[in-house]
Amino acid sequence: MKKLIFGFLAPVAATSLLVVSAVAQQGDATRGKKMFVDYSCYACHGFSGQNGPGKRLVPMKMATVVFTAYVRSPGTNQMPSYSAKVLSDAQLADIWAYIKTLPDSPEAKDIPLVQQLKAEAGK
Amino acid sequence: MSKPKHTSVGRRGFLKGAAAGAAVSAATLVTPQLTEAQQGGGRGGRGGAAQPEGAVIAREDGTARPAPVSRIVENPGSDYMCDVIKALGIEYVSFNPGSSFEGLHESLINYTRNNPEIVTCTHEENAVAMAHGYAKADGKPMLALLHGTIGVQHAAMAIYNAYGDRVPIIMIAGTGDTAVPAHTAVDLGAMVRDFVKWDHQPDTLAGVGQALIRAYKLAMTPPMAPVLITVQAELQMGAMPANRPQVPKFTMPSMPSADLASVRQIAKDMVNANNPRIAAGRVRTQEGMDLLVRLADLLQCPVGGGGDRMTFPNRHPMAGNGVGGAADVTLSLEAGGGGGGGRGGPGGGGKTIVISTAELLATSNFNINGNGMNGDVYIAADPEATLPALIEEVQKLLTPDKKRLFEDRGKKHAEANHAARAAAVEAASVGWNASPVSLARIAGELWPLIKNEDWSYVSPQGFVGGWPSRMWDMKKTYHYLGGQGAGGMGYGAPASVGAALANKKHGRLSVNIQTDGDMNYSPGILWTAAHHRIPLLSIMHNNRGYHQEVMFIARAASIRNRGQENSHIGTRLIDPNIDYAMMAKAYGMYSEGPITDPKDLAPALKRGVERVKKGEPVMIDVVTQPRG
Ligand SMILES: Cc1ncc(C[n+]2csc(CCOP(=O)(O)OP(=O)(O)O)c2C)c(N)n1
Ligand SMILES: [Mg+2]
Repeated sequence: MKKLIFGFLAPVAATSLLVVSAVAQQGDATRGKKMFVDYSCYACHGFSGQNGPGKRLVPMKMATVVFTAYVRSPGTNQMPSYSAKVLSDAQLADIWAYIKTLPDSPEAKDIPLVQQLKAEAGK
Repeated sequence: MSKPKHTSVGRRGFLKGAAAGAAVSAATLVTPQLTEAQQGGGRGGRGGAAQPEGAVIAREDGTARPAPVSRIVENPGSDYMCDVIKALGIEYVSFNPGSSFEGLHESLINYTRNNPEIVTCTHEENAVAMAHGYAKADGKPMLALLHGTIGVQHAAMAIYNAYGDRVPIIMIAGTGDTAVPAHTAVDLGAMVRDFVKWDHQPDTLAGVGQALIRAYKLAMTPPMAPVLITVQAELQMGAMPANRPQVPKFTMPSMPSADLASVRQIAKDMVNANNPRIAAGRVRTQEGMDLLVRLADLLQCPVGGGGDRMTFPNRHPMAGNGVGGAADVTLSLEAGGGGGGGRGGPGGGGKTIVISTAELLATSNFNINGNGMNGDVYIAADPEATLPALIEEVQKLLTPDKKRLFEDRGKKHAEANHAARAAAVEAASVGWNASPVSLARIAGELWPLIKNEDWSYVSPQGFVGGWPSRMWDMKKTYHYLGGQGAGGMGYGAPASVGAALANKKHGRLSVNIQTDGDMNYSPGILWTAAHHRIPLLSIMHNNRGYHQEVMFIARAASIRNRGQENSHIGTRLIDPNIDYAMMAKAYGMYSEGPITDPKDLAPALKRGVERVKKGEPVMIDVVTQPRG
């Protein structure tokens, strides 16, 4: 996966990368929360950032620059691309900051009911 | 044939007459106080030419009243119609009332004494969608009555769904209620003719009997479908002829099955294949599922659900894709369809053998089920009727060597299928503690509460991530009833209530995970469930919107590079949020919610299950993640 993302990044000029990361560090999670809904991120990734047909975003393992580049050009038929015209780098940094605050899921092995369901299904 | 004439009478006059009549004699029940001309003139202030207009206005503004009865008809034609309906074994009749079938309605309450039982519906779409769900849960059809042009139009989408789903429904539309010209038509059936299997408008009472028998047989012979009989009001209201027509003989035809030579060839192909597969789209009855299990046990080959209904137990060792690459022989049994269309063979190359009734029903205009499956061998027959012979022929070919080989093969498939099932459940942990609540959490918490009951999942699961199928042990045809048939939303809520009505008879616990958009097309169905004490646990999958469309609009806006901030317009059900617990209460149903914390879910579901087991409908509103 990582490889794929860096593949997308390759054409991005080094200077703009610097700008992106500079802005990214100031991401505001409160603003990001609103953007996450207004910009329909939740539609495919869930309000949880991890439920739905979209990729699991939690825990967010991408750096802001990687995240921004991915959203600009996801390179998949599933995820629409978002240009800087509709979502600025700063806004994407806000969204990223919000996703970072979303709690991760417990592991299946730590949920007794899931374990029980799994044991029954795999019998 | 003599018949009571519709002549208008002022409302007060009718009531006054009725009161006076009660004191006099039955034969002079009501005394007309105004002539139609007087009424028309009075309302419109015009002369004779305005008469029909006055009647129409009265009808539509709600001031119309029953015509005066100047004589008694003690043996109306509709009593005979009820005899035929009973002979067909129909147990429930759903409708929204209308004068075009008032004769039949009166016979149902006073002649057959509400047996078959009348199910009062607040919308014709509910009446037909209930019958849709009922037939899938029970295996036999219900009757839905429709009031003239308007009733048929309200019912149309539900008929369309049932047609796409190949589900039998018997419908009678009343016509000839001339008080409102707009409610009658020269050819009433025309409006839905392209999506019923047969429709007919008999001229005589005996003809109605014959048509009902024929309609039933056609509806119940695969490919099954809704049928419509249009019955003139005067045939219902008028007296029976002196020699009362007989209830026609009723014998269900046996189902078309494959010829023996073809069956032998299929058996050979399947037994000699290296990697055979079965794509099982539909079975008609539980017996069909049991036969399929026997065939899979013999062949030890994977069985995939070729459609969206229960055809094969989902935890049978052969349920799934198994191991090993492409199939060299695929046996496709009534696969495809269900509104999704059968677009070509099951894929994977190799030889495809199709046994299907798809080619026995040509559809006009609406090619709902696509162009049918493609196959190297195609047999137009009912798979379930063919399976006994096929099993017998397979058994004859099973040498000890073959049996050993199949056993080894079966073990590998079983292992792969078990692993796939376990992995599918493992994914439930994602967002397990999230608020709003995940769909996996809902299905997961439900399972321990229902697994020791005789349960039935009555709603579609396309929008709930398929979690019930992933987590629940489904091994009966009524464990999952499939989708809308033709993708028409507004099916889920009424079809669930219809299925629950059938399940009530069998003492089954019905469970519905109910999407919010679907709920709001015709929520009066909640009253029907409460009024008729239909036990059904409905859990709102309340994602506060037409979420499917949120995703589509978001994608369109993105393609156009116009941003997303308006994607909620026209797609979300917010501002204000809809309070489903309050809605259910208003209709007389026990309810809880909205639940947002997943920790509150299990206790609420438990309370719900307990109440449903006592025989009442319950709604639990859960605010959910948008998708599973
Ligand atoms: C009669 C009808 N109108 C419109 C549609 C388009 N449509 C498809 S899915 C959908 C959303 C339904 O909302 P809901 O039942 O809440 O399901 P969700 O997508 O939110 O899970 C709509 C409106 C349809 N399929 N049928
Ligand atoms: Mg919804």
